[in-house]
Amino acid sequence: MDFKRSLTNVGTIFQKELRSYFNSAVAYVVIVVFLAIVGWFHSNALFLANTASLRLMFELVPIVFMFIIPAVTMRLLSEEKKSGTIELLTTKPLIDVEIVLGKFLAAWALVGVSLLLTLVYYFTIAALGDIDSGPVFGGYFGLMLMAGIYVAMGLFASSLTDNQVIAFIVGFVLVFLFFMLDKVLLYVPEGLTSIVEFLSVDYHFSNIARGVVDSRDVLYFLSLLGFTLYLSVLSLERRKW
Amino acid sequence: MAITVRNLTKYYGQEKAIDDISFDVKTGEILGFLGPNGAGKTTTMKIITCYMPPSKGTVDVDGHTIADHSLEVRRKIGYLPELNPLYLDMNVVEYLEYAARLHGIDKATLKRQLASMIEVCGLKEVRHKDIGELSKGYKQRVGLAQAMIHDPEVLILDEPTSGLDPNQIVEIRNLIRQLGRAKTVILSTHILSEVQATCDRVIIVNDGAIVADGTPEELQQKFRGSESIAIELRAQVANPMAEIFPKLKALSSVESVEYGGGENGCHRFSLFAAKGSDIREEIFRQAVQERWVLLELTRKVTSLEEVFHKLTKL
Ligand SMILES: Nc1ncnc2c1ncn2[C@@H]1O[C@H](COP(=O)(O)OP(=O)(O)OP(=O)(O)O)[C@@H](O)[C@H]1O
Ligand SMILES: [Mg+2]
Repeated sequence: MDFKRSLTNVGTIFQKELRSYFNSAVAYVVIVVFLAIVGWFHSNALFLANTASLRLMFELVPIVFMFIIPAVTMRLLSEEKKSGTIELLTTKPLIDVEIVLGKFLAAWALVGVSLLLTLVYYFTIAALGDIDSGPVFGGYFGLMLMAGIYVAMGLFASSLTDNQVIAFIVGFVLVFLFFMLDKVLLYVPEGLTSIVEFLSVDYHFSNIARGVVDSRDVLYFLSLLGFTLYLSVLSLERRKW
Repeated sequence: MAITVRNLTKYYGQEKAIDDISFDVKTGEILGFLGPNGAGKTTTMKIITCYMPPSKGTVDVDGHTIADHSLEVRRKIGYLPELNPLYLDMNVVEYLEYAARLHGIDKATLKRQLASMIEVCGLKEVRHKDIGELSKGYKQRVGLAQAMIHDPEVLILDEPTSGLDPNQIVEIRNLIRQLGRAKTVILSTHILSEVQATCDRVIIVNDGAIVADGTPEELQQKFRGSESIAIELRAQVANPMAEIFPKLKALSSVESVEYGGGENGCHRFSLFAAKGSDIREEIFRQAVQERWVLLELTRKVTSLEEVFHKLTKL
């Protein structure tokens, strides 16, 4: 396989999808939602202790992700299936992995950039007084990884159907499941708790957000990401079955 | 760029969509794929363009098989899918650039090809409009331009003129002929006159199998049944069935006669003669002899349409 060509193909699809987010104003909505929610939160929390406000913030953003990300990803593949453009795309000299990666990266970039824009608030706080930047960057790093997983899940949901509403709901349910895993530990049989906990996104996120980046947590994110993207590729190849 | 299709069979679940289809397309040939709804035209095209693999069989495009060199095959093909799907939120230039990039065209070639496609397909006035705002005919042109943006050696067009008004049909047909001169083209259609107007060769498919293969003229020749001649004549007779009919029937090469009705002393008949015989002269002499006034005499040649009906009715 020609790596450089693959890179170009992924880049082409990435660009097209990103442009389509901006053309359709989805991008602006996402950016504004992040800035507004995080900003509103800050205006309330500014007078609270920094550490507390940080913890709250890192609990809030995952919930915002849960709604925003499936909405961002829902049309990525389902719209192509509905309109038939998937046939154009898949008969171009591309491999399915390139299609999935290009689309994944576009949605991740949009969510990621919107998230990073909210760092502005932290810089204002940092300018106002003392702030421990370690947990901030750890937290943001964790949120980025989390966004990546959720985007991959949303993309997978979008690959299953030609209906955007169904893609949204399936995406939301997937994200919700992984979000909830470590919150239902009490109800999980004794022997399974450690497994369920290990599968939970939030568990690894809170590890990273504490500022200690453990290779096990990063490995978790990367393998779950790879696995979910692989499922999308398989699902895209279903036409060949 | 020759295409070789061998023993293609495709099942959708249990249902067999095409059954053991084999044919060749020579370089530079425009092949018309003709058949009623559900015949398997689209299915065959989807396989050739590597959208999905066949259940059995192979396709070879210039030495590359779809199974082993799918990317190579796709690089050589320009494809206009059925119903011409498009990204409605992109503008024409954006879209054509996107298609070109996916084909891995370098910048300089892209610029040249883009300009040439906009010129050839008449997209100049609409090139900065969103595709969603274009009329059907313009969308069709964009679809064609997209299929040809990388100057492919093979063009596969699934019903390229469907849903267009008659003027646009003629325009798109000319475009295909013009662009198809240097390319190998397969186009599918329901319209028989389209095949006659554009194609060097026709394959008629029915129910997943090829039922005829040849030039339009060959098919007309081959499937010409008995010659049929329609006449209308004026004769003052009380009962045409008794007084005219037997005399026509008695002509030497006439096999059968049908009375087609008549009024005010004018009577219409259809005469069927043995294959290859010309009975027009005989009819004329008979008419003179009987003092009938011959108002009309038309020889009906089997049209491609009739060939089509004959071959595809179940
Ligand atoms: N995705 C599919 N799933 C199941 N059956 C299908 C599918 N696509 C086509 N078929 C069936 O395969 C057969 C051939 O269909 P195909 O679309 O190739 O016909 P066609 O010749 O292109 O017809 P048309 O002129 O209507 O476009 C039909 O019986 C159709 O019902
Ligand atoms: Mg069809």
